Amino acid sequence: MATASADFRELRLDRISRTFGAHNALKEISLTVQRGEFIALLGPSGCGKSTALNCLAGLLPLTGGSIWLDDRRTDTLKPEERGFGMVFQNYALFPHMSVHRNVGFGLQMQNVPKPEIKRRVDEALGVVRLASQASKLPAQLSGGQQQRVAIARAIAVEPPLVLMDEPLSNLDAKLRLEMRAEIRRIHRMLGSATIYVTHDQDEALSLADRIVVLREGSVRQIGTPQQLYERPLHADVAEFMGFRNALKGKILRRAGDEVEVDCGLGAAILGTACDLTTGTEAVLAIRPSDLLATASGPIQAKVTGMEYRGEAYYGTATGAQGQELFFRSEAPLQAGDTVSLTAPKDRVLAYAAGAYHG
Amino acid sequence: MADASSGTLSLRHRLAERGIDGVTLLIVPAALFVVLLFVYPFAYGFLLSFAPAKGGWLENYRRFFDDPYMYRTIWYTLRLAIPVTLLNIAISVPIAMQVRHLRRQKLLTTILVLPITLGTVLVAEGLLSYLGPQGWLNRALMLFGMIDRPIRLVHNYWGVFISLVITGFPFTFLLTLSMISGLDPALEQAAATLGARSRQRFAKIVLPLIVPGLAVTFCLAFVDAFSVFPSAVMLGAPAGETRVISLAASQAAFEQYDYSYASAIAMIMAVVQLCFVGLVLLARGLFYKGPLGGGKG
Repeated sequence: MATASADFRELRLDRISRTFGAHNALKEISLTVQRGEFIALLGPSGCGKSTALNCLAGLLPLTGGSIWLDDRRTDTLKPEERGFGMVFQNYALFPHMSVHRNVGFGLQMQNVPKPEIKRRVDEALGVVRLASQASKLPAQLSGGQQQRVAIARAIAVEPPLVLMDEPLSNLDAKLRLEMRAEIRRIHRMLGSATIYVTHDQDEALSLADRIVVLREGSVRQIGTPQQLYERPLHADVAEFMGFRNALKGKILRRAGDEVEVDCGLGAAILGTACDLTTGTEAVLAIRPSDLLATASGPIQAKVTGMEYRGEAYYGTATGAQGQELFFRSEAPLQAGDTVSLTAPKDRVLAYAAGAYHG
Repeated sequence: MADASSGTLSLRHRLAERGIDGVTLLIVPAALFVVLLFVYPFAYGFLLSFAPAKGGWLENYRRFFDDPYMYRTIWYTLRLAIPVTLLNIAISVPIAMQVRHLRRQKLLTTILVLPITLGTVLVAEGLLSYLGPQGWLNRALMLFGMIDRPIRLVHNYWGVFISLVITGFPFTFLLTLSMISGLDPALEQAAATLGARSRQRFAKIVLPLIVPGLAVTFCLAFVDAFSVFPSAVMLGAPAGETRVISLAASQAAFEQYDYSYASAIAMIMAVVQLCFVGLVLLARGLFYKGPLGGGKG
């Protein structure tokens, strides 16, 4: 069995593309993943992230580009020859096999001797803390346990690369948080590379060393969670990363990074330029948690709704020209009240009013 | 008054708890149908088989099992029904494995299922001339010099065999296809990422999961093939090697006018079928029969 060595330096995607008829699901994506790295592919549904994962696993052939594991080209290999571990969204456990046989399946395919299989299966089940369930059938386990079996099965063959396709999306909120920590711990323990597909930015932020934001089959930004969270490169990435306020306006003044933009909401708003080049139009992106209700701020709006979230109140408001605003307030406000809002200038990101935004 | 209404209400609730309500009445026509057209004739035939024209109540059965010409029909029928059913399943599985991923699945399915609409008599009639000594097949084989003289494919075992394969295949195929299409494709993908080649994926994942369904398919197709009649008469050697059990029953009923004996033969036929179906279902119990998905998701 041609299994890639777990000992590798890097995985390289070289302008990989995949088309379905006239639809470009992946457009020339390039990425280099170091050994030990945790990469999250993040994007809304239909952005091509699952396609990318299936291409990596070999379940979908590429229509362009190549995939390299060090000097070995892998995109021409069948999935069974790649030796990558994959965790499926619905787990895809073999329903007729016990947990032990599920986890040992990959080793069995490699003709590993029985005692060795047993030892390594026990080890993998120990890693996911399921050693006591080895003789059960998958249907006898809870969703979270099935998830762990799926992970144990993928890592039992000690693959150089573990691919995970939204593995937590079928779990309830509490279990999701627990499994998030588990996945992080297991990744650290194995030292292999993990590529993790998700549409949940919290998951990506908390798990990944680097996040790749995809949109319509193209890479929009590659960065650390901190970079993604604090300084998205483009307006659409910002929107996806939780900058819910997107205010269009005219640039009044620009000095270095600092811009002053008139959004028709009262006084001009001070912000930080991101991908602004020339031109006079800009979009200001602000997180609801950074747009604060205060006694005297530059933005004036009418409150339309209020929601209590424990640590503070979050409200919605409408500006003079119908702009929708999401803000934070220490005290509850009544719908119909006029509110004055402000945001620190380094938390107001100014982007070019691009075609992507809408 | 109030007591009475609460009494009927609680009765209704208790019935509803067991899934019985007004809609349940809709099974009445079907139940009536089954009783009138199956249970009654079966019970009638059962009792009739124990009332021979002369002799004791088991006389019919003694007669059948004393006469080699009669009891051999069981063997002749099994010899047709079992290989035909197995072959049909063996052909259906690989075709269904291919067809399920096909985009033009509907068209192909339609073509494959067409023979079901033709009926056994039409197929037998067609095969009679196609496979006959002057038929297309023999003429073509001789033309290419593959054989010297026509091979005999009608009025013997093989004629009936071929016709049963053709008429039984669509049914077997449809059942197999629906079973294989029901498998989660992620299971095979998962097996592939774990290093299983296509042969191993089939042997370790697909086959164990469809075996219980195949067992049921076998039972249904077997029962169908076991009651072979038209093709055994038209394409076979009804006096010799394809003297099937239904033919023996038909002769007893319509040539000797011995309905009691015919009923006994029909009962024997039913017992043989039940034995086989029972055996197969017993063996099926050894396999995994739970949900085909991985559980949640």
